[in-house]
Amino acid sequence: MYNIIVGGGKVGYFLARGLLDQGHEVLIVERDPAKCEMLTEEFGSVVLQGDGCETAVLDEAGAARAENFISVTGDDEVNLVACQVAKHLFHVPRAIARINNPKNEPIFLKIGIDFTVSSTNVILEHIEEELPAYPLVHLLRLLDGTAYGIVEVKVPLGAQVVGRRLRDLRLPHPSQVLLIVKRGGMPTVPAPDTMLEADDDLVALTSPETAEQLRAVLTDGATRS
Amino acid sequence: MNAIIMGCSRTGSILAGLLASEGHQVTVLDMNPNAFRLLPPNFGGVVVVGNGIDEDVLRRAGIEQADAFAAVTQNENQNIMAAQIARHRFNVQRVVCRIHDPSREQLYESLGLRTINPARVGAQLVHEALLREPATAQAEPPRSG
Repeated sequence: MYNIIVGGGKVGYFLARGLLDQGHEVLIVERDPAKCEMLTEEFGSVVLQGDGCETAVLDEAGAARAENFISVTGDDEVNLVACQVAKHLFHVPRAIARINNPKNEPIFLKIGIDFTVSSTNVILEHIEEELPAYPLVHLLRLLDGTAYGIVEVKVPLGAQVVGRRLRDLRLPHPSQVLLIVKRGGMPTVPAPDTMLEADDDLVALTSPETAEQLRAVLTDGATRS
Repeated sequence: MNAIIMGCSRTGSILAGLLASEGHQVTVLDMNPNAFRLLPPNFGGVVVVGNGIDEDVLRRAGIEQADAFAAVTQNENQNIMAAQIARHRFNVQRVVCRIHDPSREQLYESLGLRTINPARVGAQLVHEALLREPATAQAEPPRSG
């Protein structure tokens, strides 16, 4: 499988190493000659010095036969343009863009970059998981372009929903409780008359727009810890 | 017309002056506050400091009410990204984007952006000037001394 990586910084470096270790063919396109030299020293001749947005450079890189085109520079505009050039001029089947500013995610999807990885969001999500008091944790983003995701919300002590049945809750649309993990770690598939208790962990499907409302419904009334 | 110009370069500042002098409402956007010095002294428009690939900066510049958006910074990729945000996210009807690279110019024309390639336009003007018939009474070159 031939993979072109644009950007030889930290992300590009580790991505290349992972792919090479798995036996895949890799080419790194990097503008900075000094970085190119360092990468060549480490990986051998899998580095092309040049601007990954330039048609001539991508032509030389053999973009037309690449299966994956992954642009991971620190500049969102570079990642956007590189992926668009790869997709539209070289018909690369899969173009993946790193997004540094999470605000840019909707526009990338809207103008047809199929796969995006928001490095800032990924880091934030991992930090959220480590903060026990944080009421909503993003577990997974579904990658099919619908922008749905799976989140986890803990029902805090004193929340209005404690002691109420699932069917009596006014959950925002679209959102769906998939699983309830009771205190002690026992997972339950929720039924309409499942009663919520304090410290229940709810795993739910939701959209970015409704995630905050879902959190509010499940945590309102709680005494802030 | 309500126009936003991203990039107060030579092109951006001249363009802003032109539109403002015709009575259009003009907002000029640049990351560098010193760039606005290039604007004509009597410029009657608004200036906003910030990067036009940031949606919030564009909102601050009034993109939701804009009829036209011109991306003329020195950074080609920023022009392309901002122009697409203006066109596809804020639905601005007239969007013009400066692109130097001919192959990318073609690509983004085909993706629905109006693009201007200064090198090509410049070359065309020089080409026309070279081929123009010399004026009948040609001026003598100035003599020194």
